[in-house]
Amino acid sequence: MSSTTKLTPTPGQTVGPFYGYALPYEKDRELLAPGSPGSIRLQGTVYDGAGHPIPDAILEIWQPDSEGNIVHRTGSLVRDGYTFTGFGRSSVGNSGMYTFTTVNPGPTKPGAAAFISVAVFARGLMNRLFTRVYLPENAEALAADPLLSSLDPERRSTLIASRDADGGLTWDIRLQGEGETVFLDFEGASVEGAAVGGAAQ
Amino acid sequence: MPEEINIETFNADPITEDVSDVAPQAAPGTAPQAAPQTQPKDAVETQQDLSAEIKAIGDAYAAALKTGKAPEIQPRLDYAPYRSSILRHPTKSLHHADPETIELYSPAFGHQDVHALESDLTIQHNGEPQGERIIVAGRVLDGDGRPVAGQLVEIWQANSSGRYIHKRDQHPAPLDPNFTGVGRCITGADGSYSFTTIKPGAYPWKNHLNAWRPAHIHFSLFGQEFTQRIVTQMYFPGDQLFPLDPIYQSIVDQDARDRLVASYDHDLTQPEWALGYKWDIVLTGSKRTWTENEAFGAEGDEE
Repeated sequence: MSSTTKLTPTPGQTVGPFYGYALPYEKDRELLAPGSPGSIRLQGTVYDGAGHPIPDAILEIWQPDSEGNIVHRTGSLVRDGYTFTGFGRSSVGNSGMYTFTTVNPGPTKPGAAAFISVAVFARGLMNRLFTRVYLPENAEALAADPLLSSLDPERRSTLIASRDADGGLTWDIRLQGEGETVFLDFEGASVEGAAVGGAAQ
Repeated sequence: MPEEINIETFNADPITEDVSDVAPQAAPGTAPQAAPQTQPKDAVETQQDLSAEIKAIGDAYAAALKTGKAPEIQPRLDYAPYRSSILRHPTKSLHHADPETIELYSPAFGHQDVHALESDLTIQHNGEPQGERIIVAGRVLDGDGRPVAGQLVEIWQANSSGRYIHKRDQHPAPLDPNFTGVGRCITGADGSYSFTTIKPGAYPWKNHLNAWRPAHIHFSLFGQEFTQRIVTQMYFPGDQLFPLDPIYQSIVDQDARDRLVASYDHDLTQPEWALGYKWDIVLTGSKRTWTENEAFGAEGDEE
């Protein structure tokens, strides 16, 4: 914050209810073709504070490839079926469930915990939320992860997917209440969101 | 090239209407031909009720500002006047985290992804859409003032009569067969974007009795880092609905709210063709460069 030339960011707003004809696109949730070698399903349900599935949320994921490389390839919106771009988008269905076909992300540094970056949008959610979903396997890496190790165990568990019998990942998002997912603020202490506008009102 | 819109496909989309706390007046699929009910039986909250809530929150914020509280620059996640937010905001503080690895980069989009004609929402069908043709243009910058070049901008909006192409939008205003209301573009080297479209109408929703959204265009933006990702709404100057709208007012700071309002720009206006509106968008600052700059001191901020 040393410079005086910083510009103030434009505020976010809710995605609203009517993104369904604009943001989804063909194969938006298929980072690679379902059933192709190495592909896994990442799925889960988005819940509100009453424990009800939210039928009008949309998620984005952004991740390294299975080797931990961060790719810089276009073609996320018009997929050629071969290029892994690392980006996907999935609106939830009536039951609040989203699905991606992707790969297990590799660690971006040796020994680092592998995770997928997630952005969450929904009607009624005033601004997008960032979070992460970690692979469950490498306990040592998870224990050493800077973010996870800054959280108490109960909260930490909201960021770790469970491994399905078919090799896929299941990871639910709870916007509020018991088991509330940890959402991230990359901008610093307190300008944004719940910390400011919360219980004091 | 934008595909012809298939209304049936959109009607298969499961997303619900913005019903908020009020039950829909008509079953899905019911033709919205009947005269609108002016007094929905189960809507007891009036604009007056909501305006009082909005004012109380605004007054409390103004008082806090006077005591030296820092201005808020984002909407409140917990903003009860927007009823649908009540069960959809985290109650715990967002957890501060330093972005790492993948978060410090952004998906790449290019001309494989977006056709140049997708930025003109008035040429997606066989005829001219109804309404006032406008040009909305500006630049996407990061918090350090650098242009965000070669990145994806997506927009969507209601038509000139305030109707979205969406099955659960039951506002009894006409659909326009020549207007879908969806556009995309890739920003230029200077961060510039430009859309040709139709000025959207205000539309009614069911947050409370007689609730109307100010005319707006939804914008979705990517930066050079995933931490800069935002979805927001652009408004038009001088809208009389601003003070009444819980979504616009969820940003409690007037200066911050003003950042969502385009300005009329006669230099953008094209003779005998379209009115111009200018709107620049600022994403958050770069975290990657920021870290290096911190290491080298303030001089590192020089472009």
